[in-house]
Parts: sequence; structure tokens; C-alpha cells
Amino acid sequence: MKIQVDERGYYGNFGGAFIPEMLYPNIEELRENYEQIVQAPDFQKQFNHLLRDFVGRPTPLYLAERLSEKYGAEIYLKREDLCHTGAHKVNNTVGQILLAQKLGKQKIIAETGAGQHGVATATVCALMGIECIVYMGEVDMARQKPNVERMRILGAEVRPAKSGSKTLKDATNEAMRHWINNPTDTHYIIGSVVGPHPYPEMVARFQSVISKEIKTQLLEKKGKENPDYVIACVGGGSNAAGAFYHYYNEEDVKLVAVEAAGLGNHTGESAATTVLGKPGILHGSKTLLMQTEDGQVVEPYSISAGLDYPGIGPVHAHLFETGRAKFYSVTDEEAMKAGVLLSRTEGIIPAVESAHAFAALNQMTFNPSDVVVINLSGRGDKDLETYIKWGKY
Amino acid sequence: MNRIDKLFQNKKERILNVYFTAGYPQLNDTTTILEALETSGADLIEIGIPYSDPIADGPTIQESNGVALDNGMTLKVLFNQLKGIRDKVSVPIVLMGYVNPIVQYGMENFCAKCEEVGVDAVILPDLPMFEYLEIYKPMFEKHGLYNIFLITPQTSEARIKQIDDNSNGFIYMVSSASTTGAKTSISVDQSDYFARVKNMNLKNPTLIGFGISNAETFDKACENANGAIIGSAFIKAISEEGNLKEKISGFVRSVIG
Repeated sequence: MKIQVDERGYYGNFGGAFIPEMLYPNIEELRENYEQIVQAPDFQKQFNHLLRDFVGRPTPLYLAERLSEKYGAEIYLKREDLCHTGAHKVNNTVGQILLAQKLGKQKIIAETGAGQHGVATATVCALMGIECIVYMGEVDMARQKPNVERMRILGAEVRPAKSGSKTLKDATNEAMRHWINNPTDTHYIIGSVVGPHPYPEMVARFQSVISKEIKTQLLEKKGKENPDYVIACVGGGSNAAGAFYHYYNEEDVKLVAVEAAGLGNHTGESAATTVLGKPGILHGSKTLLMQTEDGQVVEPYSISAGLDYPGIGPVHAHLFETGRAKFYSVTDEEAMKAGVLLSRTEGIIPAVESAHAFAALNQMTFNPSDVVVINLSGRGDKDLETYIKWGKY
Repeated sequence: MNRIDKLFQNKKERILNVYFTAGYPQLNDTTTILEALETSGADLIEIGIPYSDPIADGPTIQESNGVALDNGMTLKVLFNQLKGIRDKVSVPIVLMGYVNPIVQYGMENFCAKCEEVGVDAVILPDLPMFEYLEIYKPMFEKHGLYNIFLITPQTSEARIKQIDDNSNGFIYMVSSASTTGAKTSISVDQSDYFARVKNMNLKNPTLIGFGISNAETFDKACENANGAIIGSAFIKAISEEGNLKEKISGFVRSVIG
């Protein structure tokens, strides 16, 4: 069974484009044009140029020797934390800003959870001189204050989402409402592999540079393209989609997705969608979704703003349903400990989101010969306050 | 015959469709509001099924959705409240909601229940036409339920034709690129759009919604369609202090005179 999107925007049972008619022309415009635009040689040239000289790609694939020793496997870190702006998010925003320009859009909107996607969007808008509005949940604005200020320094307007739980889900609602009210001159840069088709596939393709580079780099280091495991954290799932993309259909590579269990999956304070969710429709696609029996969306919880989302991208729902990827969930406490462990064994303070991927190592067993790639999706600078508040270091 | 067809057979202009959110302001106001709207002169009533994430709605309806959910409104509760409603209310009733709660309830069950209590049509703004035609249309037809589609100023003529071909009841003309309750007047651009649609001579009647809030905007909409839909302004009106029935009759009178 091949993992790929079909022409209706479905990955198996998940995906589609569940949007109000007001957004239909925008989504159609994207769907009809994006493949042709992104495949054109001049787009590829500009995209690759910016990834290299602006983002700083390729990011290193780094053998984490002390961590490898601890877990008894050969562990490599894909250093997305070294991307300009501090996380993988910028790979997608560089792609989408070029796309928006080709579509003739003059304004950009985005949603953000931890603020990484907001910063990455504000950054490319500054680069291109395009007006930028970022919606961010009021709760997230408080817990990710440095990123709010970074966006403002970059010239973006940050608008608080005050509805619902005031986190990522609500920021996404507000961004969609803004787009409904401004359909012709504005492009919406969605930051994860969520939303109506073609967004999930489009974002995954912009992020797929991660797995493309892993293949090349492993070939150089190990003489083979495929590791035994690729591990990544999943909120909406953009870094995981990027790290998995070129391995979707390489059956010898085990894909491992790590969700946020918050205070524990059965405490009512979790964001582990594959554990707690059922099929449903949110933000334009059919996917696994945390919801009540009556189909109302449940407010998730995670210490990590970037994983605090009640759904997952439709491709991940499909990877879960088919068993192609194995899903783990990790509590706040486990993730924070893993973050400190990585800091002390490798000298890298990871983003709290990425720390979840490392915590999953404790739930897995390896053969000494196993080659494991962990996508270190972002750095921890933005999370200092979270680390300090947690305090156990 | 579907009550909506009967309505449009007997009345071709100045049709007033009023929207309210089920469970707002109080959980058990549904029947009172329906009866008062009919008595006051509403020709058609749209009941909103509250949802946690109503992305096509502006702040007023969002807030009413939140209150209704906090009050305990669910589809099950709503259908219980609507049991026997056809002994009291005869105007067509349309349910408006987002697709997720309905899919969780079960689309087939939902359609059957609509028929049972006497609901005539539904509006599901985030159910794509494609999904409706591929999967759900037979269920709607089996239970005599109409599915109402939206068109907007950005909808192409080809797509409007396609929607007209696949519609029954009426077509919901969204007045401008906006969420509900965002705008309070009708501009020149909108008039061009209304005229463009009028000239297409669609087989279905049209009602204009979004931004219709008072007599002035209602009259303007009625010059360009068979009638209009009022939502946010009505929700605001019933949110004020006072007797619910009086607020409803006062509001309807202020719109249709």
C-alpha cells in the first residue's frame, strides 16, 4: 500500500476539503496552480537558493555519541534547530511566500501556536516586503512572549485569538475567518500539514527537504539512505511529515510519531490525538480529532504550545490507521526531563516540542546496530521560561 | 410537498428568514422562539446547531454558540425539543450547522430524525458539494430533506449553475466576502453581484444573507432576491433585557413593518 494523496485530497480515509463556499475560490486557485508553480524551474531555483543562503540548509545530520551510548543505538539528530529562526517551520514559509507572490497576493496571514510558525512567516514577509498578520491564541501569547516580540520586531501584526481555549485551534479559526473576509488579495500560510486539500500535501512537500537531506547525508555517512527508525514529534505534524516524506514508502524504515500526553492521557489534560481522538472534521479536513460524543472539539492540553492541538494532519491519521507509523505519547514531565538530558549529554537545549521525540526513546528498545534518526525540529531558546518554571534541573 | 416549495409557490418576494442559535439565550427557548417568530411574521426559520468552532461565523453567533453549548444544547436535546413542533409551527424550518457534530450523530440518523420532527432543509456550510453528491445525497432524498447551498460574490458563474442544478428549496446568497454579522450595509459591489445572479435566471429562488440587519438592508436585499436572512442582528436583539416574545415581535416588526 502506497502512502500518497489522491486527487480528491485524501490519504486513505482522511483529508478532503471541508470548507465553506466563501473559501472555495481560494482553495481552488491553490489546488489548480500550486503544483505547476512549485515544479517550475524558476520557482525551484529561488526556493533552493533561499533554503541554502537564507535558511542555512542543508542542516547537519549529527551523530549524538553520548546519547547513542545511553540508549544502545546509533542515534543521529537532524538539526532543524539550526535553521534560521530556530525551527523547521521556515522551510514551509519560504515555499509559501514564493507561491503567494506567484499567485499575485499582496498580504499574508498565518496562525501560530508556539510562535515558531508565526516568526517564520513574519521573517519571510519581512524578506519580501509583504504585509503580515499573525493570529495567536491569547494563552499562547503569554507563554511564548519572546516569539510575540520577535514577530513584532520583524514588522508583523500579532492579533490575539480570544475565542475558545485561546490556543492554536482558535488562532486557526480566526485566521480562517480573516481569510473569508479578505479572500482575493490575501494568502493564508498554514504552518502545519493540516487544513483543506491541498495544504496538507503542499506543506509536507515544502518540509520534505528534511527527509531528502537525511537520505543524502546517511548515504555519505553510512553508505545507505535508509535508517532503521525515523522519530519525530507530532502536533499537527509538519516536522514529522517532512522527516517521513521520502520514507513513507520505504518499508524497511520504521516511522515513529510522538504525541504530547500532557499530564497523562487519561487525566483530561492531554493532546494525544491518536489515543483520545475519533474520526471527525476540523479546519477543513477529515482526520482524527479529540471531540466529545456530540462532536464538539475538545480543548487539548500540553506544556508545549506547538503540540497543543486537538487534531493531527490527515496523513498522520492515515499512517496511524494503516499502522505504517507507530505512535507514542509522552507526558510533560517526561518531555522536560528528556530536554534536560539532551542539553547535558549533547549540549543542545531542544524546543519543548522536540523534547517529546527524545522522551520516546525511553519507551523503545533498540539493537546496537540500529540507526536512529531523530528530527530535532527546533531549539529551546523560546522555551527558557517553560524550563525555568518547571525548574527540575 | 416540501414546505419550502409551498412557501415559494405562494410568496415570491420579501420572504423573511430568521436565524437563531438553538439553546440561546436559554436551553429551553427553542419552541418559544419558533412560535413567536411565526406569529410575528417570519416566513422561514433557520435553527443553528451550536458548534465549538464555527469558522464561518462572526463574534455574535460565535458567542451564542458558546453560551448554547454551556447551556447543554446538543443535537439529541434539540431533536427532543422539536418533537411535536409541527402541531404548533407551520412555517418551513431549516437546520444550519457545521458538519462534524452531524457526522458524529450519524448522517443517516440525522436525516431520518429531521423528517420525523418536520425539518424541511439543512444548511451545512462546510460540507463540500462533492462530498454531498458522492455520499450523502441519497440519504437526504430518502427523507425528503433539502440541502441548501451557499454562493458568494467570488463564486464563478459556472459553479453557480452547477449549484443551481444540484439545489432544491432555495439558494443562499452570501451578500459579501465575510463571516456572519461582519458588515451592516450593502455596497455598490454587492449590487453588481446581485444583478449578475439575477440575470442568470436560476431555477431556484434566492435569499440573501450575511449583513442583513434591519429594514433598510432587508428592503435592499429584497429588491435583488426573493427575500433575505437575518441572523446576528436577531441574536443581538434577543440578547437584550426584557420579555423574549416581545423582543422577537418588536424585532420582526422593525424589519418588515
